Formats: sequence, structure tokens, C-alpha cells
Amino acid sequence: MLQVKDLSVHYGMIQALRQVSLEVNEGEIVALIGANGAGKTTLLHAISGLVKKSEGEIIFLENSLNKATARSIVSSGITQVPEGRRIFPDMSVAENLLMGAYLRKDKKGIEEDMQKVYERFPRLNERKKQLAGTLSGGEQQMLAMGRALMAKPKLLLLDEPSMGLSPLLVKEIFSIITEINKQGTTVLLVEQNARMALQIADRAYVMETGKIVLSGTGEELAASDEIKKAYLGG
Amino acid sequence: MKNWFKRTNLLWLALIVSTYVILNVLISTGIINNVYQTVLLTIGINIILAISLNLIIGITGQFSLGHAGFMIIGAYSCGVVLKLVAGGTIGVLLGMLIGMAISAAVALVVAIPTLRLRGDYLAIATLGFGEIIRIVVLNMEVTNGAAGLILPKAVSWHMVYWAMVICTLVIVNFGISAHGRACISVREDEIAAEAMGINTTQYKILAFVIGAMIASVAGALYAGAFYVIKPEMFTYSKSIDILVLVVFGGMGSITGSFISTVLVSLLNTALQQFSSVRMIVYGLALVVIMVFRPSGLLGRKEFSFDALLKKFDKKKGAAS
Repeated sequence: MLQVKDLSVHYGMIQALRQVSLEVNEGEIVALIGANGAGKTTLLHAISGLVKKSEGEIIFLENSLNKATARSIVSSGITQVPEGRRIFPDMSVAENLLMGAYLRKDKKGIEEDMQKVYERFPRLNERKKQLAGTLSGGEQQMLAMGRALMAKPKLLLLDEPSMGLSPLLVKEIFSIITEINKQGTTVLLVEQNARMALQIADRAYVMETGKIVLSGTGEELAASDEIKKAYLGG
Repeated sequence: MKNWFKRTNLLWLALIVSTYVILNVLISTGIINNVYQTVLLTIGINIILAISLNLIIGITGQFSLGHAGFMIIGAYSCGVVLKLVAGGTIGVLLGMLIGMAISAAVALVVAIPTLRLRGDYLAIATLGFGEIIRIVVLNMEVTNGAAGLILPKAVSWHMVYWAMVICTLVIVNFGISAHGRACISVREDEIAAEAMGINTTQYKILAFVIGAMIASVAGALYAGAFYVIKPEMFTYSKSIDILVLVVFGGMGSITGSFISTVLVSLLNTALQQFSSVRMIVYGLALVVIMVFRPSGLLGRKEFSFDALLKKFDKKKGAAS
């Protein structure tokens, strides 16, 4: 579904990604793990068209995204839930969700999907008219995910959904991710919480200083000694 | 299709018309004399300036300090038309249209490079641009340079009032439309907005251009109402005066801009007799407001009949 080939990204003089290649197949949950500064977020931003790539190619559903804008990437079916949630704090929950459907024109479908989001996240339903900035961290994460789902993505990019959440909430968020995946949305998940990510991932890639250093199925990586040492704490 | 005759829309219409009628009666009975009529004109024009800047700063979150530049364009377009082409209402309207067209074109040229900048950089760039326009006007033949233009009176307060109403309707309706929501999302979080597929640059430019056009309407009204226009009236300190109105009322609140403009104008008038302490009191009032209400008088709240009616209904419900 998504192929990234030899992708490099520079921030000025600094090279953030060095010829990264990865693949996401339809229906999968693919995890991308690695330490701070490994380039995980940059890779997601490059896929979403938020940073310019200096080399390489990204292909989504047989189409090259090399000349695509952030806008056309969203409408082709890739939506990102950005790191740190980045909800719109001074808009209500419902308005935030509407922003997610910004590129869609089918009013009826938007209305239906809004109901679906409310069913999936009942807490958002209770807080429909509340300003998003007043939600708790977990609720904001749910809102960010709900907002992304409003774009009806085929591929959902999740950047650190567990950041700053209590272990209980992390569990809840991860079970929601699995559910979303089961209902037909492919997921590319960036996580520092390697243990949780590897549990739900079909496959995973490990990044270090802008390169992919390891890849395999979730179970394989969870069992590998290297990973245990570096990311799972023994 | 939207329902144009909702209860709240009718209430707004009633408010607009009744304010107009009341002011008319007060003027014709002489309770509002000539001096206060001038104040009224100033309030109307300043409201247009404040809300147009509020669209750029408050709603879209782009810090512009060049608003006086667009006011100049409007003022001189109208002034030149009044002098050379036609006088009276027709001249004002024609000048206004020309001013809006020039403002839109200039705003577009300024916006495309500068709106890539953020925060203080954008402020400095727009500040510079406002001065450039002023210097250009200062050096042109047709504008009569530093001496400025002396014009016949061509704008009555009726025109200012209705222009204010129309400009407000345009901005408020833009603000609550899907485009307006996109502008707000740019203010709230540019990266998230872009990740949702919003063309952030396009919306920044759109808001900037609309704001500039409306500011030039205010300039045209000013030229027609106050006899004299000179480049020195439109320095960057004028831009800052407008900015003060927006910040004072609350960035993002159109209601706030209305309230702050009226209050500041009244304060200015009241202090006119004590010209030596005027700026001190004015400055102090601003400091006090910023200390106690750092996000302005209203913050981002708007007055709405909907909310008022709901409160009213609740009270009735509780009483019965």
C-alpha cells in the first residue's frame, strides 16, 4: 500500500533521514520504534508532505507522492495524528472533528462519521460543545484520533499516541488502535513505548540516527536480544 | 438552505435598525451636536479598522503592523476621485471601489512573501510595508505630497453607519463559515491545520486581503468625512492605534473590538479638555486593562443572541 524508497530528508545542513526504505501493506499495523531524534517523526512528516524530501520516493496506492502537496496527500487517503496531539484548543470538540473532514464534501457522510467517532469515543460525545483545550490529555488524544478518522483515511499515521498518558490510558488507546485497524484502516505507528507498540504491531521497524537498522514481525523484534537491551529494559 | 429569518437574525436586524433610528433621532433633536457627530464618525470608522485588523490578527493569528498602509490607499483613492472625477456619494463609492481593488492587489503582493514569516518577523515586515506605502504617497504628484489633499465633505454618518454594518456582517459571517474555521485552525495550530489538508498559506493570504480591503473602505470614509488627508496622519503609530483597539477588546472577538473602540473613543473625547494628561491617562487605562484582563476585555468571546435567549429560557424554565 505504501512504499518508501531510499528517502532522505535534510534540515539545512543536518541530515535527518538517510535513505530510509519501508513498506506498509494493506490491513497491517506497522510500528516504527527508536530513540529520541532517530527520525521517526521526520519520516511521518515526509509521508504527509509536511517536510520536503531531498531524495527518494514515496509511493501510495501505486501513485508517486513526490510532487503531491500536504492537501492532496490527505485527500488521497493518508492522515496523520501529529505528535503532542495538536488539537485546536479554542475550538469546540465538534468543530475540531469537523476540521478533520475539511477536504470532504459529502455532508451526509460527514454526519455519519461524526456519529461513529462519538460511538467509538463516548467521552467526546459528552463533551461535544466543550473547548478542546479544556480536555484532559487522554481525551485530547482521543479527539486527535477522532479528528483524523473524520478524513476517512485508508492509512492512519499515529505519532506517539502514548505520550504523556497514564499506563491505563495507554492501554485503552492501544486497544482503540487495534479496533480501528480491524475495521479496515491500515496503521503506521510511531512509538517510544516499544513494548506496547510491538505487542499490537504485525511488523515493526527500528530506527537509529536517521536509518532503519532492524525490521521484522512484532513478535520477532520483541524477542530479539538487541531490542530487549536497547528498548525494553533488559 | 439556511434559514435567514431565524429568531436571532431578526433580533440582530432589530438591533441594527433601532440603533440607527435612535442615533438619527438624537441627532435631529440636537442632543448629539456637531462635536459628538464627529466622535460618532470616528467611532464608526475606527470600528471598521479594528474589526478588519481583528480578522487578520485575532481570527487568523497573523501579526500585522501595516494596517495604516491600507487605510492610506483607501483614503487617497477616494480623495483623488473626489478631486478629479466626481464628488458626492458617487465619488466616495467609486473611490472606495478603486481603493479596495488597489488594496487587494497590494495586499496580495505583500502577503505572498511576508506571510511565510511568523510572529515578530511578520510584524516587522508589515510595519516596513506600511511605511513604504506612506512614502510612495508622500512623493506622488496626484496626492499632492506632504501638503495632502483638501476635500469637500462627502460622507455623512449614515454612510459610515451602514458601511460599518456591512463590513461587520462580512467579517462575522466569514468568521463562522468553513473558511473562517480554517483560518481559526491556522491560528490555533498551523502544523495540525496543514496535516488536516488545509492550505494554510492560502487562508493567511485570504484573510490578509479581505482585511486590507475593508481597511481601505475605512480610509475612503475617513477621506470623505474629515476634509483633509495628509500622509503624516497614517504613520505606523496609526497602525498601532488600531492594534491597541483590537488587543484592548480581545483578539478574536468582534464584539470586543466594538466595545473597545467605543470606550477608547469616548475616553479620548472626555480627556480632550485635559490635553496635557490625556496620553498619561490613556496609557494608564491600557496598562490597567492588560494587567487585569491580559486577553482583552472579552478575550475570544462574542455576544450572541442565541446564548442570551438560552439563558432567558433557562430562567423561565426554572421559575415555572
